[in-house]
Amino acid sequence: MKKALITSVIGASVLLSGCNEPEEVGIAPEKYTDSLFAVMKADRTNYTKLVVKRLGPAGVGAVKPDEHWEDIPNGTLLPAQMFRAGAEAVAEMTDDFTYSLQSVWPINKQNAPKTPMEKEGLEYIAANPGENFYGKETLGGVTYFTAVYPDVAVSDACTTCHNDHKDSPKTDFKLGEVMGGVVIRVPLGS
Amino acid sequence: MTSAQKWGLVWLLLSVAGLAYLLVQFLTSGEQRKQFLIGEASHGHFQIELACESCHTSPFGGKEILQDACVSCHGDELKAAHDSHPRKKFTDPRNADLLEIIDARYCVSCHLEHQQEQTRAMGVTLPDDYCFHCHEDVITERPSHDGLAFDSCASAGCHNYHDNRALYETFLVENAGGEWLKPLDEIHQPETHLAAKLQAVLDKHERETAPDSGTDFTKKMQAHTEVSRQWHETSHGASGLECSACHIDNDGHWLDNPGVAQCETCHQAEAKGFLAGKHGMRLAQGLSAMTPETARLEFDHGASHNTMTCNACHKAHEFDTSFAATQACLGCHSDEHSQAFMDSPHGLASQQSGVEVSCATCHMPRIEDERAVGEQASFRVEHNQNAVLRPNEKMIRPVCMQCHSLEFSIDALADPELIRNNFKGAPQNHIPSVDWARARE
Repeated sequence: MKKALITSVIGASVLLSGCNEPEEVGIAPEKYTDSLFAVMKADRTNYTKLVVKRLGPAGVGAVKPDEHWEDIPNGTLLPAQMFRAGAEAVAEMTDDFTYSLQSVWPINKQNAPKTPMEKEGLEYIAANPGENFYGKETLGGVTYFTAVYPDVAVSDACTTCHNDHKDSPKTDFKLGEVMGGVVIRVPLGS
Repeated sequence: MTSAQKWGLVWLLLSVAGLAYLLVQFLTSGEQRKQFLIGEASHGHFQIELACESCHTSPFGGKEILQDACVSCHGDELKAAHDSHPRKKFTDPRNADLLEIIDARYCVSCHLEHQQEQTRAMGVTLPDDYCFHCHEDVITERPSHDGLAFDSCASAGCHNYHDNRALYETFLVENAGGEWLKPLDEIHQPETHLAAKLQAVLDKHERETAPDSGTDFTKKMQAHTEVSRQWHETSHGASGLECSACHIDNDGHWLDNPGVAQCETCHQAEAKGFLAGKHGMRLAQGLSAMTPETARLEFDHGASHNTMTCNACHKAHEFDTSFAATQACLGCHSDEHSQAFMDSPHGLASQQSGVEVSCATCHMPRIEDERAVGEQASFRVEHNQNAVLRPNEKMIRPVCMQCHSLEFSIDALADPELIRNNFKGAPQNHIPSVDWARARE
């Protein structure tokens, strides 16, 4: 997969430069990350709307979604934590790609954008609703194809929790608004 | 053969002999291995420093091999502690710049072994202000933290790198308030699960009849009347267990001195804790039992050669848990904190008020087993004496807060003098973490 992506990215670069027109091999990186994001978004939306929304303060209350879920006998993960748990579990299985949930208005400051490309990408998707951001960056000597996708408030469970949280830098989120972004990275080589 | 050739041959033979000698020394497990140590191991590992294979599981491979070794012993504990800085938090490439400063994916980045001269509290080999590298912005984000030194983050009772179960903000807020000491009639130690487990053990013994060893137990009992009397006064004897339960191994052989393996047959959780702690870690690595003589703490000289097995504290045939909980400890430990116990508020409370407070109450507390929602709570004695010892904030929830308020517990554990004299007096400094957490509500 990695080799195919490298070939594809090289192919795309050559095409853009107007030189030879080699046959593109493998899946395009955008298509790869778009597909990954589709799965992530579907799971994240379903967990938020079909699980947390039903179990939360307005739900049955038998299982309590809570920031400190590990410390509560009937606690379970908040949607953002569920997403991060998935990212961490994936990282233990493969290093072919990584992903994270970030925001320019994070409750946990560790989830604010760090790299210049993360900042650029998160600002871009916030300013251009419905659009994605793609780029390349080098981190720790490795070049990555980096894609940033909008993370939209799909339920009032999202907006209420963030708007009411004492550490939230933004307290007027509305349904349908971009609250942050999903950053997917694919290593292209050293 | 020329003279030079002869000398060359002699040199070669001596070199081969020298290498062979070193190889034999290394392959021989024991004191001979000391000459290969590149430096003394930390207080956490020095007992097993000659069991090189415990950590260096392969002669090849670098950090990953060591990391696996760390996790194989400490992984469960970190998971139970809801580790605040697990490796998985640092594997995302976005942390590459931070990892160039401290590679937090590997335990050895902070806990470098065999570097005794630079090993600090908690076995950390970094300067104490290591939090600064990633959390510099806390100074500007939290006005309450303005002016605080970064070497005080983890040394003032406020934060720990791994275990913050008693220190995270929501916990502080939800548990704030209350008297420094609960009314004595509200203090109860939870029952351990041993009684509930007993029937299962008896059933097992009935199903799996001990193999015939040819031992005449009646004769042995008659020959050891005192042992027989002691035995029948214990819960073991009262429950119908016979000598064979401990003195006959799985192959039907008589054991004069049953070891941990025999106890473990029924007391798996207790044995696991014992082998994970300082008392049993040598046995866990296949070494001889630990003796106070080889330890680094202060011990009674008369106890120098005591061997740390289950019977060191639980006397054979008597199994007096009250003795095991205090007198057994004080029979070896002679440091100031230990020796001050009997005259301390805790020791006096135990002797005068009937509230049972022992060394084990704090250092081998009764811990609730993990359970699913709806399951009945069950408790066991944590036999890993280090599980709630260092950093001592690990003691707040399972130990101190059983009797004291959160604020008092934090203050007391952050006062070195109070710990030294075994809590005679009041904490001299107030740690404001609970106040700050409440102020942000």
